[in-house]
Amino acid sequence: MSETGFLLPDPEDPDNAPFWAATARGELRVQRCIGCGRRRMPPRPMCPGCRSLEHDWEKLSGRATIWSFVVPHPPLLPAYAELAPYNVIIVALDEDPTIRLVGNLVASADGSIGEIDSETIQIGEAVRVVFSPLGDVHLPRWVRG
Amino acid sequence: MVAGLRDGTAIVGIGQTRFAKGLEDTELSLACQAISAAIDDAGLEPGEIDGLSMFSMEEGREVEIARNVGLGDVTYFSEVGYGGGAACGVVGHAAMAVATGQCRAAVAWRARKRAAKASRPWSQVSQRIQGHWQWSRPFGLLRPVDEIAMLARRYMHEFGSSRDHLANVALAFRRHANRNPNATMRDKPLTREQYMAARWISEPLCLFDNCLETDGALAVVIVAADRAKDLRQPPAYIHAFSQSIPAQHQVMTNYFCEDPLVGPSYACARLLWERSDFKPADVPVAQLYDAFSPLIPLSLEGYGFCARGEGGSFTEDGALEWPHGRLPTNTSGGGMSEAYVHGFNLVLEGVRQVRGTSTSQVEGASCCLVTSGEGVPTSAVLLRR
Repeated sequence: MSETGFLLPDPEDPDNAPFWAATARGELRVQRCIGCGRRRMPPRPMCPGCRSLEHDWEKLSGRATIWSFVVPHPPLLPAYAELAPYNVIIVALDEDPTIRLVGNLVASADGSIGEIDSETIQIGEAVRVVFSPLGDVHLPRWVRG
Repeated sequence: MVAGLRDGTAIVGIGQTRFAKGLEDTELSLACQAISAAIDDAGLEPGEIDGLSMFSMEEGREVEIARNVGLGDVTYFSEVGYGGGAACGVVGHAAMAVATGQCRAAVAWRARKRAAKASRPWSQVSQRIQGHWQWSRPFGLLRPVDEIAMLARRYMHEFGSSRDHLANVALAFRRHANRNPNATMRDKPLTREQYMAARWISEPLCLFDNCLETDGALAVVIVAADRAKDLRQPPAYIHAFSQSIPAQHQVMTNYFCEDPLVGPSYACARLLWERSDFKPADVPVAQLYDAFSPLIPLSLEGYGFCARGEGGSFTEDGALEWPHGRLPTNTSGGGMSEAYVHGFNLVLEGVRQVRGTSTSQVEGASCCLVTSGEGVPTSAVLLRR
């Protein structure tokens, strides 16, 4: 468990490192195949469309819509149980709705994942990315509008 | 096309331990007890078992099983991964090994001490998440129920399905468990009011949308059809078997593909029905993997009992209930009300339906569909008389 008690991604994971380097700079970037232009998430070495190993990291607008959401209640790991009930959302990115990311709806980048009234959350809501510092990473989270 | 497995092998022995929270025996001991009982049920001797087919998550390894149960020379052994997706997989692998002559009598099994909190996989996470879980767990999507609730919410949104449909699933399986002396929920009826008032686990799923936490073990013995005829139990022929990892599938967090509501059961069903003399409309009874209630509508659609989006309304009017429903499902109570042993109890209930010995027996059941985990790389078998 990390000092915060939250679970963290590995920013040195060779496939994912550029994603986390981008979020630390305040950018949402997704992996894009140089061979055929296909975007892919989560990141991986080979393009499933054309098998190219060549890729870059396309900067996106960070605009998206809520595709689904859940509201977990205990039993949960202690750090998360303290904030429960909180929301976890999936967003579909505006540039490519088949690219989805798991995140949270928050009021601001440093807001708690439990502070939005979950009764108000709706599938289809427009959201935009913010970057929440947690341990040594910046997690992409989402605010309304 | 090759002929496939079609009725070339059969399940001829079944065995299980009792199901409970907090059994004292180790997983290895439970496995040995269930396997031993299955060998006895078949009327075979341990020395005749020469094939072992197990879950990769199994704690008691093949060598230890063989050394405890007193097997002779084992000539085939293999493992299937992905937890709840593997139950029909290990049965099918055993059947393929027998059918191809790699062994003559194979055992497939699952033992689990689920009820111990330390054995819940999601509670054993470390600070740094690895692999694809990095894209979900840091955000608080921690447990299998959270992962499936995400699909359930989207399903309800897209198809206008409701919690009433999920209650139909939970209540049907509980009623079957109330008739089954071995079910952990035998003496606990469940009403729609209790369901609707239950505490949330991960909205939109409540306590009764979840499977049980159970300790226990189950095993089956598989031999070739010509030998099965001479053994003491009516054979449950393995008519068809399939597995699937659909294109761009991801384990449990199947959100990163074109249509996450088209789960692994679709691809699994295509091969299963292609290899079968039966069609979905011919199937009188089913055991569908039910770690969570929303998997039932998804599986009903995937295996072709109804069209996409109709799985919720399929559950109306007691459709899943014995004896009068159009498809009595999980007739022992399933993972939600009998026991959750990674879906292996569904295999044994499928055998009982084909033998004619279920506590909620569908009269003259010609065949029974058994499926494994929807939401993970999966498998299915069609058993017949």
